[in-house]
Amino acid sequence: MSVPVQASEALDCAIEVEDLAIRYHGKLALSRVTLQVPSHEIFGIIGPANSGKTSFLRAINRMDLMTAGMEVSGSVRVEGRDVRSWRNPYALRQRIGVVFPLPVGLPLSIYDNVALSSRLRGMRKKADLDLIVERCLRRAALWDEVKDRLDSLGSLLSGGQQQRLTIARALSQDPSILLLDEFSIAVDPVTTMRIEEVLAELKSEMTIVLVTNLVQQARRLASQTAFFLTGELVEVTETEAMFEGGAQDPRTTAYVEGKFG
Amino acid sequence: MFEATAQNRRNLKVEGLFRLLFLWMTCMLILPVALILGVLIVRGGPAISWEFLFTQPLNNMTAGGILPALVGTVWLVVVALIASVPVGVAAALYLSEYAPDNRLTRAINLAIINLAGVPSIVHALFGLGAFVIFFRFGTSILAASLTLAVMTLPVVIVATRESLQTVPLAFREACWNMGATRWQTIRKIVLPNSISGILTGVILEVSRTSGETAPIMFTGAAFFLPFLPQGVLDQTMAMSLHLFVISTQVPDVPEHMPFGVALVLISMVLAMNGISIAFRVYLRGRKKW
Repeated sequence: MSVPVQASEALDCAIEVEDLAIRYHGKLALSRVTLQVPSHEIFGIIGPANSGKTSFLRAINRMDLMTAGMEVSGSVRVEGRDVRSWRNPYALRQRIGVVFPLPVGLPLSIYDNVALSSRLRGMRKKADLDLIVERCLRRAALWDEVKDRLDSLGSLLSGGQQQRLTIARALSQDPSILLLDEFSIAVDPVTTMRIEEVLAELKSEMTIVLVTNLVQQARRLASQTAFFLTGELVEVTETEAMFEGGAQDPRTTAYVEGKFG
Repeated sequence: MFEATAQNRRNLKVEGLFRLLFLWMTCMLILPVALILGVLIVRGGPAISWEFLFTQPLNNMTAGGILPALVGTVWLVVVALIASVPVGVAAALYLSEYAPDNRLTRAINLAIINLAGVPSIVHALFGLGAFVIFFRFGTSILAASLTLAVMTLPVVIVATRESLQTVPLAFREACWNMGATRWQTIRKIVLPNSISGILTGVILEVSRTSGETAPIMFTGAAFFLPFLPQGVLDQTMAMSLHLFVISTQVPDVPEHMPFGVALVLISMVLAMNGISIAFRVYLRGRKKW
């Protein structure tokens, strides 16, 4: 790869998106998105349903390849490199952890859920896997609750526990980017707060993109926030400014003040 | 207080009528099954003995047992299974997990469903032309089983695909998002959670082939062969054809014998179905999500 001219700037950006548009079976779902996600920060994305937030995340880790009818145009660069230049999209996805709105505990034991990613990469040694499983479960604030039943099914944990399990699973990929898609929908408020604390700690190690329908969650965590509305990016602003009435677009102000959405 | 209106009372009456109607239809459905089983047990039951099951037919099939037919049917079904399951499961995996959802895929799916509707006598003639003559297998277990396999392939594919679809898409997405390939996802998540359904579906469908007569008649089943097959290139007797033969082609067969053969045949099928149902119930009990 040739080093881009704006190399110094690119180094501080984990994700650069330029003129991104996403279509499903030819129907436009998201268009004209240009933004930069700075490294080691939490980047918030807010907006009502059907505004294209989830599609945006799917474009970053090239899930368009696995989705019938999904087309992406424009460019998405992860750590300076266009995601479409990766000949092996699986390697790209391994560097990007994803957490879904509804917790998806795979029908495997808790241990196997967290060890899966390492096993997919060919790691076999029990001692190494043990280490990874314990470290990731601890960081996801789940270890103490499950350490005595690592053999029981991950898919039978409670909603809040399963969501922390999926975070542990995402962390086991040792990702440089973590994408969270409305992770708190099926999680009680106390667990949500615990996960938020975890995220605040994690940002020193990775870049986090937090899609959320709770504007206050974005306010608590994100340093910058993007506002998506009906398939377009309205603006990207410093989060504090956005909530203190400093938004550039009146629609943003109306949304964060709860006047619609 | 509440007062039932005329409309309420009418609804209640209609509700009762429909309930009776559906119950009646269900009874009509059970009746033939119960009658068939009852007649077979009453009239064929006396024929069943260890001797009947485990000896050769005697006196031009008017006496003795059914051992070669029993063993032959097991051979046919097992070889057909070995041939159809790997192909069918692989095809279903491709269609369900890999194939893009386009016109060609839909056409293939439609073709598979239509293939299941091809009459068995047509399969028989195909088997005769393809396996017996073209591939030079002769009339043999191999040719007959391959004919049965071609015939069951569509049902194996459909049963497998349905079983694969019971694994939620969210599991696949979770795996893909962590960098798993489609094959890794299939091996780690999809197959382990659908293999039981695939197996029960396959057993259920294949047990039906044990009763097929037309496809094996031209391709490998013999009228009368008083010894057991030694390999897949031998001809063999089979229960279904044997039943046909002693019921219609051989004079002076004692009346209880065809009923006995039918009873053994239906017991085999029901036993296989029973195993498959028990398997399914057992697995439902330890569902993982």
